[in-house]
Amino acid sequence: METNSRSQASLKLLIVDDSNIIRRRIERSQQIARLEVVGSAGNGREAIDLFRRTQPDVVTMDLTMPEMDGIACVEQLVAINPKVLILVVSALADKATAVEAIEKGANGFLCKPFTDRQLNDALEELLTET
Amino acid sequence: MLKEAEIRTFIDGATNYFETSVQQAASVGSPYLVIDGKPGSYEYTGIINISGARKGVVYFTARRAMLMVMLMRMHETDSSEETIKDLVGEVANTISGNARRDFGKNFLISVPTVIANEPDKVTAPHSRSYVIPINWRTHSAKLVVCLE
Repeated sequence: METNSRSQASLKLLIVDDSNIIRRRIERSQQIARLEVVGSAGNGREAIDLFRRTQPDVVTMDLTMPEMDGIACVEQLVAINPKVLILVVSALADKATAVEAIEKGANGFLCKPFTDRQLNDALEELLTET
Repeated sequence: MLKEAEIRTFIDGATNYFETSVQQAASVGSPYLVIDGKPGSYEYTGIINISGARKGVVYFTARRAMLMVMLMRMHETDSSEETIKDLVGEVANTISGNARRDFGKNFLISVPTVIANEPDKVTAPHSRSYVIPINWRTHSAKLVVCLE
């Protein structure tokens, strides 16, 4: 019997990026059946509010955002739920930034710009390796 | 003053953006130096302020028609004014952020500021800017790098 992919979803995904285009792109392009998008936020403060309300298992996190940047947000999300899986999706391509994000609690790093395949591979890797 | 290798960083960033995000290569013309403080702009401009180890701006500027086609190539169905502004800012942000691979962590980038339909309001902070012409399909755009 066929089932709707949403009914198979077992992990909740929150998308955080100040670009609406990128938020919609991630939502549209992610094809991992067990991930269900539960919300999207345009800055770190919104993300924390949505995180508390929706309790996602997985977060994609931009770094350069107004009000509260992604590194500060990662720290706060991990303090709320140390088990959350965070994939940083950022244009900041220097190694030091990726290391800092991982040290603050992120689990993976995907550099913008990205293809649909790169996004799905990064999410798969995040779910597999952690 | 930018070194040749530093200009190459921005050329590579622009090339990579088009190849990856819209999956269609752009050709980049020869960069040229503008010394009158007026590198020029089109209808929509996404501006990133640079601080830290370097100071100045990086901006990407394009016409509406080009940005509309880019949105279509990205399978984005919303072509509202807000989305076009979002795109031009995101292109500038992505190319500037990618430059940190070579410029390092102290190349600090702001969130994008977008100027729409007021090209005269787009100004460079210093007299000398490098203009990187970008040709994509039938469209022309510019990446302007103005750093101390």
